[in-house]
Amino acid sequence: MYVAVKGGERAIDNAHAWLAEERRGDTDVAELSVAQIREQLKLAVNRVMAEGSLYDPDLAALAIKQARGDLIEAIFLIRAYRTTLPRFGHSVPVETGDMACDRRISATFKDAPGGQVLGPTFDYTHRLLDFKLAAEGDIPDAPGAAPRDAPTPHITGFLNKEGLIQTEKESDDTPADLTREPLALPADRPLRLQALTRGDEGFVLSMAYSTQRGYARNHAFVGELRIGRVPVEMEIPELGFAIEIGEIELTECETVNQFQGSKTEPPQFTRGYGLVFGQSERKAISMALVDRALRWKELGEDDMGAPAQDEEFVLYHCDNIQATGFLEHIKLPHYVDFQSELELIRKLRREAADASATSKEAAE
Amino acid sequence: MSLMAKAPGASVARLWAALEMVPEFHWLRAPEVGAAMVRGRQGATGAPFNLGEMTITRCSLQLESGAVGHGYVQGRDKDKARVVALVDALMQGDMAARVRAGMLEPLAAEMDAAKEARAAKAAATKVDFFTMVRGED
Repeated sequence: MYVAVKGGERAIDNAHAWLAEERRGDTDVAELSVAQIREQLKLAVNRVMAEGSLYDPDLAALAIKQARGDLIEAIFLIRAYRTTLPRFGHSVPVETGDMACDRRISATFKDAPGGQVLGPTFDYTHRLLDFKLAAEGDIPDAPGAAPRDAPTPHITGFLNKEGLIQTEKESDDTPADLTREPLALPADRPLRLQALTRGDEGFVLSMAYSTQRGYARNHAFVGELRIGRVPVEMEIPELGFAIEIGEIELTECETVNQFQGSKTEPPQFTRGYGLVFGQSERKAISMALVDRALRWKELGEDDMGAPAQDEEFVLYHCDNIQATGFLEHIKLPHYVDFQSELELIRKLRREAADASATSKEAAE
Repeated sequence: MSLMAKAPGASVARLWAALEMVPEFHWLRAPEVGAAMVRGRQGATGAPFNLGEMTITRCSLQLESGAVGHGYVQGRDKDKARVVALVDALMQGDMAARVRAGMLEPLAAEMDAAKEARAAKAAATKVDFFTMVRGED
């Protein structure tokens, strides 16, 4: 129960003034610019865009600055901002097959056409602190080589030619949209993918990890992981045709999963799919694993009772803004609630004390 | 329009300033910032799903000649949207050749070079496998 009380205005104003001062930190240290965050903390910016569900690197960088580096608070700011934007339309589904790949690897085929392109990865670094970064210095240009001019084909396309992997049915159905209608269960796969791509990275990672450790294990191989830029096309009503309205960076992960076959499906490989804004590879792999785990029903697999198979559990708990909102509200005043609890406990104790006194008398 | 929508705002502004054109126009729709829902496909080729939104800015204007131009650009740069709409309108008239040479061609060259440079760096990280001599022989 909430009761309106007055009297906190001055304290709140002063708290916010102090927050601004603390955000700035020691004024002898140069102030961080939004452009510096955008360029040099790019993976944080990517996470805020993915979970804030709005692709705009400048806004995400501003949100990170305002939130003092608290990424969930920054995501909250982006989610709040996006509700103020009028929706002009939707894009034509992006063609990830046409991606200009910075990185593209396959854990299933060594000699994949297009090759294993590592890109700017943390993999194979020694995870030792590099104290050279504490000093300022120029970075030499990275080496170049003859660029590939054709698009890089999808790995699953090769498996599909042999019919060894379950086919994705082509369709142009209008997908349900979480931002327009509240999440309703059972959710179809497009809705689940939307919830997962904007879901909390830590939560989706843990769910994916649980499937690897045996809770609804689905034997995933990373068939392909690619990071790069794709153009975004949109139908323009004034023109009557689609034009490219921009370009976004995406991470895509396709898993190839072992599948023995079921009552309804022949033995074949099955797929999990992850697609996330920005360079967000841990999230994209996690998303693909959880996507695959949630598909047990349509593939006729057994319900192992695992958390990652439980659509309600996963989808209702993966959103960190909903979770934060409900979790943090309990720190707000609940004085009247608590007063009634206090009264109740006192009454129960009184009754218990009276009852024991009466039984003592009776015994005597 | 596709080319300019993807181009960096600073490059568009620089090339536009160098063109030294000040066409008279009136707004049909003043620049406004909004969002477009970006869609993907499940498994890259299957049914569409909503991936998340991106910010876009749009505007429409009309030159004194009567030519109508539209600007749709990624992000929240209203000035860039205005220049894109102006270029769209100018490309329909007798200034087309000048605008193409001063704006579209250098912009395309600049963006191709940037894309090429990135692709070259990616190519340099491509793994060249070789098989080690096996021990069993």
